[in-house]
Amino acid sequence: MINSSLKTLSQMLADKKVSSVELTQEYLNRIDTFNPVINAYIALDKDKTLAQAKAADVRIAAGSAVPLTGIPIAQKDIFCAKGWKTTCGSKMLANFVAPYDAHVITQFDAAGAVNLGKTNMDEFAMGSSNETSYFGGVKNPWDYTRVPGGSSGGSAAAVAARLCAAATGTDTGGSIRQPASLCGFTGLKPTYGVVSRYGMIAFASSLDQAGPMARSAEDCALMMNVMAGFDERDSTSLQREKEDYTRDLNKPLQGLRVGLPKEFFAEGLDANVGKVIETAIAEYKKLGAEIVEISLPNTGLSIPVYYVLAPAEASSNLSRYDGVRYGHRAESYTDLMDMYCKTRAEGFGAEVKRRILIGTYVLSAGYYDAYYLKAQQIRRLIAQDFEEAFKRCDVIMGPAAPSTAFKAGEKVDDPVAMYLQDIYTISTNLAGLPGMSVPAGFSTGADGKALPVGLQIIGNYFDEARMLNVAHQYQQVTDWHTRMPDLEMSGQPTPQGNK
Amino acid sequence: MALSIEDIKKIAHLARIEVSESDAAATLTKLTGILGLIEQMQAVNTEGIVPMSHSQDVVQRLREDVVTKTNQREEFQKNAPLTDSGLYLVPKVIE
Repeated sequence: MINSSLKTLSQMLADKKVSSVELTQEYLNRIDTFNPVINAYIALDKDKTLAQAKAADVRIAAGSAVPLTGIPIAQKDIFCAKGWKTTCGSKMLANFVAPYDAHVITQFDAAGAVNLGKTNMDEFAMGSSNETSYFGGVKNPWDYTRVPGGSSGGSAAAVAARLCAAATGTDTGGSIRQPASLCGFTGLKPTYGVVSRYGMIAFASSLDQAGPMARSAEDCALMMNVMAGFDERDSTSLQREKEDYTRDLNKPLQGLRVGLPKEFFAEGLDANVGKVIETAIAEYKKLGAEIVEISLPNTGLSIPVYYVLAPAEASSNLSRYDGVRYGHRAESYTDLMDMYCKTRAEGFGAEVKRRILIGTYVLSAGYYDAYYLKAQQIRRLIAQDFEEAFKRCDVIMGPAAPSTAFKAGEKVDDPVAMYLQDIYTISTNLAGLPGMSVPAGFSTGADGKALPVGLQIIGNYFDEARMLNVAHQYQQVTDWHTRMPDLEMSGQPTPQGNK
Repeated sequence: MALSIEDIKKIAHLARIEVSESDAAATLTKLTGILGLIEQMQAVNTEGIVPMSHSQDVVQRLREDVVTKTNQREEFQKNAPLTDSGLYLVPKVIE
């Protein structure tokens, strides 16, 4: 049951083969068994969760169920959920109980989905390994000595270990796709503006976008049908017709033009990961796709540009944590200024502070043109690269991450090495394009452990339905997305982040 | 541009984050590395390129200037570190 698709689970619920309470309890039992080691969830509230499951069963019995009614979903702890502790992985919000629901939570509640709990994440979504979380790292279910990726590391591990039917994530520079690649499941970052950011704790507002993390493309399409849609409370939410993301899943791929950017297969890509991606591309040729060589010449600049824009926006967004209205406040201080400085020194972890300082620096008087403005200009060049590319192809493919999951602690003291994890994902955030990662096979390292590899599919603006079609057709002829790790019952204590 | 320890302290003050002497030294090393990465931008000729702030060039929506939210002060203040009679308490700022 735990390895079933959302469609199958919905059918089982509709046929009364299982109740939502039973299904939810099955996941809660797995969480009890494995979460003490994996650390994917940081807030659980079984009473609330089971009450939702009971309500879903009533709804199913009354015949008013919709897709996802009664399905247990894990929510990244970046989404405010009324009455739930919502920490964003930070000491700053360790005691914050959300007084309202994020739009994404409202949408899942309206569909009658069950909130299984809040998942661990890099502090304020700043990280690529989940090691910056105040609540400790998360283990990669495929190998407990390795990271699950980040920042949506808890959701990633929960999906991979089947500790939920599906999960939500957010992606500012790759935080859905890189962990999807490292943990071996399907994750989609939609076009910027498609999913409301209301109630989603802000990191870099012009880049942040929520999306589904699930077993398959079909599951992601069902999740998108719930998550997407206009919301007037998010000033950048796009006013568009509601669409059915499952509508194109079964279209044949004959004649699909797949662009391969040469920059995604250059130096820096692990050779074994490269081979897995080439094999996946060969599979697409068999499905009738036509391969087009393309170039995204400014790919290398996406990381410098991102590390100006994202910290700049973060330094502004995180100025709200002042110890006055909510969040942590220092125990002792001499005056107001001292209270601010001590509160923020204590409440934020090392990586978050670094990014606030970078952002403060690049926005400070006299440097704006050289950094922020310059970065915004290059951002346009990056977007124009994609615009040119999409004149010649329908989707772009390449690796989602340069390597398989790396060892915990390996990059924790080297921010620049950590930042390079997002080399293939950041440019789509800067351009505002949708991107996804799809399980494409495994790469075996020197220690004999087979680790998942994700194929990235990048689409043009609002082309999510086509991307899901492209991924779904691949998943009809491969079974990588059905593979699940053999979970060990024990492991080393979870490595701690900034605590 | 190379940063100094003094620059770190100044930036940290602007960001309202207290840094100790030893933190400042460690931060300097890490920030210098990150700024080195950022410097790659300077080699690009961006003359005449319109800055891009958002991917979709849409304008901010306007709405009628009417009350849409109800007062939830008590609910919101449950998360506050220190309140009194519906007011947020901070250290004395006016002599």
